[in-house]
Parts: sequence; C-alpha cells; structure tokens
Amino acid sequence: MIAPDLAAPLADRLLALADDELILAHRNSEWAGHAPVLEEDIAFANLALDEMGHAAIWYGLREALTGESADRLIFFRDAGAYRNTQLVELPRGDWAFAMLRQYLFDTAESVRLPQLANSAYRPLAEAAAKIATEERYHLRHSSLWLRRLGLGTAESHARLQAALDVQWPYARQLFTPLPGDAALVEAQFIPDAAALRRAWEGLVRPFLAECALTIPDDALPRRDIPRTEHTEHLMVLLAEMQSVARLDPTAEW
Amino acid sequence: MGVTAAEVWQALERVMDPEIPVVSVVEMGIVRNVVVDERGVAVTMTPTFAGCPALDVMRRDIEAAVRGLGAACVVQTVLSPPWTTEWISETGREKLRRFGLAPPPRLSGGPADVTFFEPAPCPRCGSTRTQLRNAFGPTLCRMIWYCDDCRDAFEQFKAL
Repeated sequence: MIAPDLAAPLADRLLALADDELILAHRNSEWAGHAPVLEEDIAFANLALDEMGHAAIWYGLREALTGESADRLIFFRDAGAYRNTQLVELPRGDWAFAMLRQYLFDTAESVRLPQLANSAYRPLAEAAAKIATEERYHLRHSSLWLRRLGLGTAESHARLQAALDVQWPYARQLFTPLPGDAALVEAQFIPDAAALRRAWEGLVRPFLAECALTIPDDALPRRDIPRTEHTEHLMVLLAEMQSVARLDPTAEW
Repeated sequence: MGVTAAEVWQALERVMDPEIPVVSVVEMGIVRNVVVDERGVAVTMTPTFAGCPALDVMRRDIEAAVRGLGAACVVQTVLSPPWTTEWISETGREKLRRFGLAPPPRLSGGPADVTFFEPAPCPRCGSTRTQLRNAFGPTLCRMIWYCDDCRDAFEQFKAL
C-alpha cells in the first residue's frame, strides 16, 4: 500500500507517462502506409504498437490506484485533461521530423527507465524494467536514421536541422516536473528531473553534433510549459482518435 | 475438485501461441506458475512484448483450457522478472525453426545486443550467408533477414 498523500501525485505521474506513449503511438501510426519505403512502414507500425503496449502498462498501474480504466481515459477525456508533452502531439511532419521526435523520446526513455527500475514503488520499478527491454530496439533504430539523415544529402541534413530547430525547445518539457513530483522524489518513487535532464543532454548533445546538427539553444519557447497546456494539434488528433468510441459510448467491443 | 498441477501443465502444453501456432504457451515461457488449491487453479503468465495483440487471446485460451478440466481458473499477469527469449525451451526453439522462424540468438546473461546482430542461420538451408533487412517485422517479436543462398527472405524471433 502507498501513503495516501503519495497516491494522487503518483496517479498524475503515471498519467503523464501513459499519455506521452499513447499520443506518440498515435502519431507514429499515422505513418502506416506513408513511410518512404516498405521496411520503414513495418518498423514504424511496430514502434507505434510497442508504445501503445507501454501506455497500456502505465494506464494499468494508474487504474490499480484510481479505478479509472484506460478506455475511459483515452476515449472520453478532452484535450485539456490530457497530460502529454507538446512534443508528441505536434503533427506528423516529414520523415526527418518523425525520426527526430522518436530519437528525442527514445533517449529520454533510455535515461528515465533504468532510474525508474530502481523505484521504491515496486509496480513502477517492475514496469520500467519490462519496458526498458523493448525500448533498446527503438533507440537503435532512431539513432541509425538520425546519422543517415544528418550525414546524408544536403536535403536530408537541412530537413533534419529544420526539425531540430522546431523540436529542441519542446523536448525540455519531457523533463519538466509535475507539481506533485517533489513528494515522489522524496519517497524515492521517481528520479529527480533535473538530474535526468543533465544525463539526457550528456547523451544527445554529442550525438547530435556527430550527426552534423547545430542545437538551437536560443530557440523559443524557453519557459517550462506545464503539461496542462496543449497546442491546437492535440484537439484535432483526439477528434479523430475518439470519434468512433464516442459515437456510442455504451457499445461493447 | 481433483485437478492436479501436473494435469494443468499438460493442458497448457496444448494452448498454442496464436501467432506461432506450433509452439505452446508453456514452451514459450509465458506460463510462469500454476497453483492448485481448494478455490481452483491460479495461473500466472507474463507478457512477451508488452504491446503484443495475442496476449488477450492467450489469456482466454489458458482460462478455457483449465476450465475444460472442470476447474475454476484465475489468470494473473506479472511483469517481473521481465520475459526473455531465454525462457523459450529447447523443443520450442526447434519447433520455431521447423516453422520457418529462426530461433532468437542466445543471450549470455546480459540484455540482447542491439548494436550488432550475428548472422541468423537460415531456417530453410542453414546458411549463415544472411543479411538483416529490418530489425522490425510483421509482428512485434520478429526481425526480417535475407538468405543469400536461398535468395529469399526469412524471419527470426527477436532476442529480448
């Protein structure tokens, strides 16, 4: 059992983890049938399904605390109640944009999950350890593509740099603490966000340089965006994702 | 109620992985534990890949197989320790190969190496003149290879 004053912050943190995976999975699924080559179509569909599976694990842990089912949360919440980062809700973009977003997310996962696997909250530790085994394949894939695009043709490099110019300021939100996180850090349920961000930057800065990319440190926005704020793109995404379930909320599947 | 754990294991040997219908959930290492007591049978299973759409089917098939023995059944899912392809039995690996799916590379204690993949032996001709075409495949658990001798593609179960 967990202390009552930790239950609400933990439910919030689990929702943030789950919503990031879900919305990224949805954006990835938009590539099905549209990737530049068949092999990548297959790969991106796999990434989408993996992230969806990880979202299901996080929603499941939250359900054990709050009793709210994943299906209710996914199909019947409006944009304002979603807690994903803006990075994952931005429109699909071009191939360089999609691969860069996947890379930034994968690297964030690669520093976060091993830390979460040491969580004092056992279900969280077990879930993180499980998810980490699969994520390694994602990071391998997105890293290879980043190198290929960054060091490829003038056009592939220009497109990847343009994607980085847009996404870099958004990526910091992956490490913005939630209001209740301090209590969870105190209880050793989750790692400190600032330390995670330092570890992440230590990983991505040299790699992006290796891919001949310039990090736009002056790009806006430079403030910490709370996860309660969304772009208009999330509403459009949800309108499509939720439309069938909302046609008949009592339907059995 | 009169069902023994051994009978339950035997029944579960006949529950196949829906995506690889020659290998049972026991051979896949998905069934982790069976407990029989006065309330009925409790089966503990663990997911292979978290997003695998076959998991719900396997859970239902496991329940049905145990109920078929005339016992009440509860299936519980655990995530820890995380499933690994090392838990696929020797007979399971051989059945995968005969099915046309190269068995997963063996792991030596640590996690799977995703930076370099040893050429997978072709399940048709045994050649190791093979090339990785895609670390992702038609299901979450498969990679796609090409055999230079058969001049045809084949799949390998991904090491996890």
